[in-house]
Amino acid sequence: MTTTNGATAIDLKSVKVFYNDKLAVDDVNIPIYHNKITAFIGPSGCGKSTVLRSINRMNDLIPGARVEGQVLYHNKNLYGDNVDPVEVRRRIGMVFQKPNPFPKSIYDNVAYGPRLLGIRDRRTLDEIVERSIKGAYLWDEVKDDLKKSGLALSGGQQQRLCIARTIAVEPDVILMDEPASALDPIATQAIEELMRELVKQYTIVIVTHNMQQAQRVSDYTAFFSIRKAEETGGQERRWGVLGEYAPTDQLFSNPKAEETERYIRGEFG
Amino acid sequence: MAQRALSETRTAEDQAFARSLAARHFRGAVWERFFQAAIVIGIVALLALMFNTVNRIVGLVAVQEAIHPSEISDVPLEQLSAEQLAAILTERLPSGGRVLVRDGLLGGADYYNANNTLTMGQFLPDVTLPESVASKKLSELQPEDTQALFVAAMDKNTLLDEVYDQVVGRDVVGSWPLTASLFNRADIEAEIAADHPNATLQWNSWLDLQFLVDSMSNTPADTGIRTAFLGTIWVLLLTLLVSFPLGVGTALYLEEYSSGNNWLERFIETNIRNLAGVPSIIYGLLGLAIFVRTLESITQGRTVISAALTMALLILPVIIINAQEALRAVPPSIREASFGLGATKWQTIWNQVLPAAMPGILTGTILGMSRAIGETAPLIIIGAATFIVKDPNSPVSKFTVIPIQIYNWAKQPGGQYQDIAAAGIVLLLIVLLLFNATAIILRQRFRRSLSA
Repeated sequence: MTTTNGATAIDLKSVKVFYNDKLAVDDVNIPIYHNKITAFIGPSGCGKSTVLRSINRMNDLIPGARVEGQVLYHNKNLYGDNVDPVEVRRRIGMVFQKPNPFPKSIYDNVAYGPRLLGIRDRRTLDEIVERSIKGAYLWDEVKDDLKKSGLALSGGQQQRLCIARTIAVEPDVILMDEPASALDPIATQAIEELMRELVKQYTIVIVTHNMQQAQRVSDYTAFFSIRKAEETGGQERRWGVLGEYAPTDQLFSNPKAEETERYIRGEFG
Repeated sequence: MAQRALSETRTAEDQAFARSLAARHFRGAVWERFFQAAIVIGIVALLALMFNTVNRIVGLVAVQEAIHPSEISDVPLEQLSAEQLAAILTERLPSGGRVLVRDGLLGGADYYNANNTLTMGQFLPDVTLPESVASKKLSELQPEDTQALFVAAMDKNTLLDEVYDQVVGRDVVGSWPLTASLFNRADIEAEIAADHPNATLQWNSWLDLQFLVDSMSNTPADTGIRTAFLGTIWVLLLTLLVSFPLGVGTALYLEEYSSGNNWLERFIETNIRNLAGVPSIIYGLLGLAIFVRTLESITQGRTVISAALTMALLILPVIIINAQEALRAVPPSIREASFGLGATKWQTIWNQVLPAAMPGILTGTILGMSRAIGETAPLIIIGAATFIVKDPNSPVSKFTVIPIQIYNWAKQPGGQYQDIAAAGIVLLLIVLLLFNATAIILRQRFRRSLSA
């Protein structure tokens, strides 16, 4: 696994996220490298999902959420004035924790993204659907039954359908928010193998609770931790910070911060 | 008992537990019986209602003819020509048939009184009349004019019906409910023999095809509900047309677009909820003031469109609140998935949120329409016609609706009016069921297309 810096796909610079003016994540600086898998790990409430969602502006959908700092994509700040979040999400796709296929047929699920872009031609759509489902290694299981509802598939198949749906619009970057946490071990393995395949074409960022998974699949790992402060009135204020960011081998074998080491050894979680 | 088998030691604690367990089970059983009783009471009430209505609709009637047809014509009436039938009407009816012209052709006493000055040609522009008739007012008509008028304005079957109704005078002089007809026939026959020696007894159902297709009449035996039935259909369709897009649109804006944080939006939301509980008669007053009076130039006063707009206002809160609940129940994961693929807000709403919420939205619409179908008070306020023979054929037609018709019949003295009111009630229930069934089928179809 290479540790030399390739081209960065996305550069998080001093990113702070607030919910209703309460600081949720403080000062995150992470370069995300092209055609690599970057994993976000850390205890519950450390803000790793929040940071992930700030990359494709999904936080915009939460009332009261606000992002400060810069998320650079091709040297352009995604939070700049003339950036349309719709375009951001078309370039930076997302796969969610719980498989969430639309209550439509398998075909319509995958064709949804291209149709949003205005593609109506049946043959073009057929090609995109076949290529995307093959890309998600789901084709052999569903090719005879594309009219079947996406909800009729098993959990692992549903998640691969969601990945097929995401790659159908050919994004540059795929964000995955604990994509295997709702799946059984066999389905998890299939997703992990799929990620290793996908990373040849796409840049992947994955949030995971599972340190073994981060070790198995990722090239770079960012460890997030929690800071606490006592507020006036005895209330505790908590926010997430970036604890350590390094190539995965290095972070797990030779963590620099003592907190990272304790987390990796499973002393808290 | 089970607890005895489990507690072998029988300590004081075990015994206390056994006692309290029995008490806990007993309390549950009492509630279960109560819930059962509630259902039984409901079913009994429903059966009583159904029995009461059906009992009224079917039964024996005593029919009597004022003049036997053989006294009018040597040949059976069916073989007479239109001219001959018209001549009979002119000859036998009061004022040389002018009363029938007024009530049968011009739309009744109110219409006549208000428009006493118009000529026949102005009243009946659709009918080709001889010039001598067209230029006359009602009071100037001579018997030969009315005869020409009848031939021009009615076909032969209508004339025949009028001869039977007005001249032969088939009259129902008595009617009995189903139970009495079945079990007390001897008494009924004795009563008929004493009071109406010429009358004959026959079985009759007030709810028949004739009842559906006949328009209103002064005699209960001849009256029908067609005008009110068509009025109900017109009002309901227009109500749906207005309230569905407005209601769903409002709900969409409040749920999907507005932040819900400023005082104006909270004020609106609270008041929509309050409006759902406002008594319907108040909507009637509102409709009277706005749609009937202020907007008279558009709605033409007491018309179908005024009624439909008032009804739409009445059921809007129901539709909005249910649509809001349905939109809120759409899982956020579907929205996220759509946004995550680069959909705009409208694409997400149109392709994902609306279809997912549609079953709930339709449920609200069913509730609203079910309410509108039976509402009477606001329509009485805005002035639905009490006696009308002309079918509504446009949004600015005068109209009446089934519940108002039922009310008008039910308040008349005389047994047969009660019978046709019962027939009207059953028809209203059938329309309601058909309407709800359609909506439920639609809802199921949406739901099936959403699930696996």
